[in-house]
Amino acid sequence: MLELLILIFRNTFRQRLRTLLTVLGMAVAILAFCLLQTVVQAWYSGVSGASPNRLVSRNAVSLIMPLPVSYRQKIMQVPGVSQVTYANWFGGIYIDEKQFFPRMAVDSQSFFDLFPELIVSSDDLARFAKHRNACIAGRKIVEKYGWKIGDAITLTGNIYPGEWRFVLQGVYRGATRSVDETQFFFRWDYLDEMVKKTMPSEAGKVGWYIVQVANPAEAGAISHAIDSLFRNSWAETLTETEKAFQLGFVAMTEAILIAVRVVSYVVIGVILVILANTMAMTSRERMPEYATLKTLGFGNRFLTALIAGESVSIALLGGILGMSLSFPVAAVFSKELGTLLPIFHIELQTLAAGFAISIAIGLLSAVLPAWRAVRTRIAEALSHVG
Amino acid sequence: MIVRVESIHKSYRRGPQEIHVLRGINLGIEEGSFVALMGPSGSGKTTLLNLIAGLDRVDEGTLTVAGTDISRLGEIELAGWRAHHIGFIFQFYNLIPVLTALENVELPLLLRNLTRRERRERATLALDLVGLADRIKHYPGELSGGQQQRVAIARAIVTDPTLIVADEPTGDLDKKSAMEVLELLEQLNKELGKTIIMVTHDPRAAEKAGVIHHLDKGVLDIGRG
Repeated sequence: MLELLILIFRNTFRQRLRTLLTVLGMAVAILAFCLLQTVVQAWYSGVSGASPNRLVSRNAVSLIMPLPVSYRQKIMQVPGVSQVTYANWFGGIYIDEKQFFPRMAVDSQSFFDLFPELIVSSDDLARFAKHRNACIAGRKIVEKYGWKIGDAITLTGNIYPGEWRFVLQGVYRGATRSVDETQFFFRWDYLDEMVKKTMPSEAGKVGWYIVQVANPAEAGAISHAIDSLFRNSWAETLTETEKAFQLGFVAMTEAILIAVRVVSYVVIGVILVILANTMAMTSRERMPEYATLKTLGFGNRFLTALIAGESVSIALLGGILGMSLSFPVAAVFSKELGTLLPIFHIELQTLAAGFAISIAIGLLSAVLPAWRAVRTRIAEALSHVG
Repeated sequence: MIVRVESIHKSYRRGPQEIHVLRGINLGIEEGSFVALMGPSGSGKTTLLNLIAGLDRVDEGTLTVAGTDISRLGEIELAGWRAHHIGFIFQFYNLIPVLTALENVELPLLLRNLTRRERRERATLALDLVGLADRIKHYPGELSGGQQQRVAIARAIVTDPTLIVADEPTGDLDKKSAMEVLELLEQLNKELGKTIIMVTHDPRAAEKAGVIHHLDKGVLDIGRG
């Protein structure tokens, strides 16, 4: 066994330039795979972060259609509902349109109770409740813009026209790495107060409700009960789990995600062909050696292990290099993408997939050369020596 | 008889054409003899050697080596049989370039139930026997042709095989190295009693053998003993 490993190791580095180039090719392919998979995961970060005991109720016609704020009390009465909060998409522009981060008006009394993954200190929450124009922002954007508690932050409204001046009263951080720390929250009552003056017909309306249920197993029945409450009203609701709600957003860009996934697998396919070609060349050159080993009494399993071992070694070397490089490259990407894809880091499952793919590529690339080595007659292979 | 060849036929297919290489060969080889097989190119001498060594299969006839009818053995059995009974010496040495002389000689012993230390001792002894005790850590690329062939001879004898087969062992060597290799083979035959079958074109090489058989167009002319 040890001798087989020694032979595999020495064979791997026999054609150094060829091995180096193949390892680099493999590294680039696995790096690309890891990054593209991370893009897909970043896209799905909202889905994976969804809580099973939260439902989202929105206008059945469209998400951009509002719901009356009066629905809150009615939803609270539905059996199984333990808490209800609401939010409004604000939009707006900070400095210029490139400086994107989600901005939402939320209920200051209940919103953070329903999102325990957004960690805010009690002092910050107290100030948020006290000041009507208060806002709480995620750690990443606070660091990005160098904001400090008490700083004034002005947004230019596009859905809600005008200059909106907020004062930073708190910073939240995520309970885990997968929590988006680029969101910006301010008080819904402040928004409503301003809307009453400028757009009275839009006052008293919220974008969506977030409903906390005591038992996730009852989510379906509760959703049905909520929607039944408002059937045939002027603003019917559509209630679904938070996960389904987030998936609805992702579905809008599904074609892009499919394209990204396809590209990542095409990259793997290309490197498979390259490694298979390298191994085919290598085994063709070494056919007399394989014949010699067979002559000495080594069986087909030994030859197969020798060829597959070399192929897997090259694939794994490249794979591990690519996976190692994915961390610094992902960090650069994350910095450049900023708030566009706020959750952008290499997940353990991506590394596991990269590792498994490297081994699979190594094994698949060895199939044809090993088959040829096993099938070729000793006398025939030896006749080509010299 | 250590080798008994009875009415063997062998043919190959090259495209649509079937080439009869051996036509009803009969041959007996005594244990401890040194036999040379001579003949022009394409006469079938290497084919006969390959059949005796279990590298190829007969189409017809019986081939008994060391008491085993090898024409009846399956692939795996035949590989095991070769490992135990045959030592090979090739024209182009066929050493593994990434292994040292010692590791090359040790290679056939990996198929035996020996400890690493026992393998090393036997391989070192074999290399000492062929006069290369001071070259054990050298890779084939660092050795001359004659030295490489001596490593190949050490690899052939390290398992103490029943039969040593050599296919043009001096064909790629200069005159001096060729003579050294032939003297070594002669020594193995005379001093250690090894049975050797050697294919050669070279009449001077054949002279070292006690028996010379000529093959021509697949037919054997039994030579002097």
